[in-house]
Amino acid sequence: MDDKIFSKEEWEKALEGLKDSHRIFVPVKEGDYHTFARLSEENRPDFDFQNTRLSPKSLILPQSERMFDYSLDEKSEEAHILKEATKESSPQVIVGLRPCDALAIQLVNINFDNPEYRDPWWVRGIESTTSVGLGCNEPCATCFCSSTGGGPFNEKGLDVLLYDLGDNFFVRSLSPKGESLLEKVQGGKSADGSAKEEAEKLSASALEKITSKVPTDQLRGKNVNALFDAPFWDEVAFSCINCGTCTYLCPTCWCFDIQDEVLGKEGDRLRNWDSCMFPLFTYHGSGHNPREKKVQRVRQRFMHKLKYYVDKYETGVACVGCGRCVQHCPVNIDIREVFELANGL
Amino acid sequence: MLEYTDKIRGIARKLLEEGTVDVFIGYKKGSVPMMNEPLLINDPGKADLLYWDSHCGLNLCNYITKRTDRIGIVANGCNSRNIVTHIIENQIKREQLYIVGIPCTGMFDHRAVQRAVEGKEISEVREDGTTLTVMGNGFEKTLEKGDYLRSNCALCLHRNPVEQDEMIADKVEEQKGMDPFPEVGEIEKKSDQEKWEFFTELISPCIRCYACRNACPLCYCPTCFVDEAQPQWVGKSIDPTDTMTFHFLRAYHCAGRCTDCGACERVCPVDIPVRQFTSKLNKDAFEFFEWEAGIRSDQRPPLDVYKIDDYNDFIR
Repeated sequence: MDDKIFSKEEWEKALEGLKDSHRIFVPVKEGDYHTFARLSEENRPDFDFQNTRLSPKSLILPQSERMFDYSLDEKSEEAHILKEATKESSPQVIVGLRPCDALAIQLVNINFDNPEYRDPWWVRGIESTTSVGLGCNEPCATCFCSSTGGGPFNEKGLDVLLYDLGDNFFVRSLSPKGESLLEKVQGGKSADGSAKEEAEKLSASALEKITSKVPTDQLRGKNVNALFDAPFWDEVAFSCINCGTCTYLCPTCWCFDIQDEVLGKEGDRLRNWDSCMFPLFTYHGSGHNPREKKVQRVRQRFMHKLKYYVDKYETGVACVGCGRCVQHCPVNIDIREVFELANGL
Repeated sequence: MLEYTDKIRGIARKLLEEGTVDVFIGYKKGSVPMMNEPLLINDPGKADLLYWDSHCGLNLCNYITKRTDRIGIVANGCNSRNIVTHIIENQIKREQLYIVGIPCTGMFDHRAVQRAVEGKEISEVREDGTTLTVMGNGFEKTLEKGDYLRSNCALCLHRNPVEQDEMIADKVEEQKGMDPFPEVGEIEKKSDQEKWEFFTELISPCIRCYACRNACPLCYCPTCFVDEAQPQWVGKSIDPTDTMTFHFLRAYHCAGRCTDCGACERVCPVDIPVRQFTSKLNKDAFEFFEWEAGIRSDQRPPLDVYKIDDYNDFIR
């Protein structure tokens, strides 16, 4: 499919036109930051942002998701039988996600959809989603995506990529899903050579603007026990308050906890995001906690991203360099510094 | 307050060299603008990592809970009040501490500073006396500190430490004559239904990360009620009832103990003004018991005391 050009007004109208057949999620300004919300009369898209405060991962892995429901009514023939909860799986389009977040979904996908395990709700979420990315003209000082296998206009995991050319969007389809979406979109015109050139220039200049660079390919060969026992973990962990900010803002943190909630004789089985920063995360029924100390939990989070994931899947680190944890960690624990410490070991 | 940095370094170095303390707790300059990281050193050679400016928004009292060594620590007004609270609540012994007192003129509200430059990315800030110069791609703006203080700092009545072994500088003038609870008054005027709606809306962005709880030096329970599994007091999803339960109970656990240091609000990743909960309790503690937390170490906190001649009938 040819690249297209839409004026920004036309593009917003085009999204409106998709609303009947798709659930459309767009970046919306809420208070001082942007977050993804379903396009509606109240939720208007705003593409003037560097990145959304929360990543779009919740659109595929909701923070709280009902998996099953069941009855505890002994009189019912279906007592104690788990039944899959009804879920929305109609087509959805995420418009305006950043390339780092699209790459993150690909990294998480390796965990949820592999020859060993296939998480049905994740897979359904992925299948029903079309990802329309928005390239980063102005990466943040905390962005280091070019060090983690991505880049401000990286196409991996995206079906369509938008280039913000000021008054217009340059729209490029990257997959059959993207093509089928754009076929349904009204308006726009074919992009000419000069627009393509402008888009390429934008992409190259954005890549140059990434000032934060961290080697992430040096830990593959390192001895896992040496890294585990490294002396710097105490120092890294000192300031940590063990909150879930890093894990909940992180687009590649996928851990969840399963909980039953019962009211009267009706029950729900839910899965909720969980965080390896919380002591409860590893608390055993016996009362033993293998990660009782803060330093063990902090080490786990970084070891998982920088080492265990790397060794297990051999696809690089489980970090896309979005910089959210760097910007929002309440105590300024900077994953880039942890990379440096680990590299230096 | 920039000039404090050199003095803090000198004092910390001396305390560690002379063996007065085993460790020294302060801040180091952060890796992003308007952010400093709590730091512990035990080597006098690392004293030069210590730093102080008007972005030391965490509460260092968090880091002394149940420690058994001798600790040097920097403390401004609110942090020193939390240290006193810790002493009263048997979380640390006074004789373990060497408190380096910081007369404080308040911390910058990083969100307000961000708003002042329309949310544009700030690459650098430079503090100079009472101003902050904010720089980024294609802009530079100088802000007056008084206009960009964190709301708790703007209302602070105890800028000078209440307990210290050594002062870093002369005391600063205390703020006087203002209503320390202006927002509470507004909420009190609301009907029950309006209050319910107000708080429901207030916490609607909450992601249950517990940063507010964990940044708070008062929250040192070995197991928080939200983490109890048997019985499980509160659900773990983001159901509004559970989220509300968490916030209300967290606040009530701070009644008569909160020093309004503002750390909870500083750290919230989704910008919830969580002081709206604790301010009301501080106001009640003040109006009912003439109590401000952490000012006195010779008196038990109001919710922790029973008197045979209590003026309230219900307790006698």
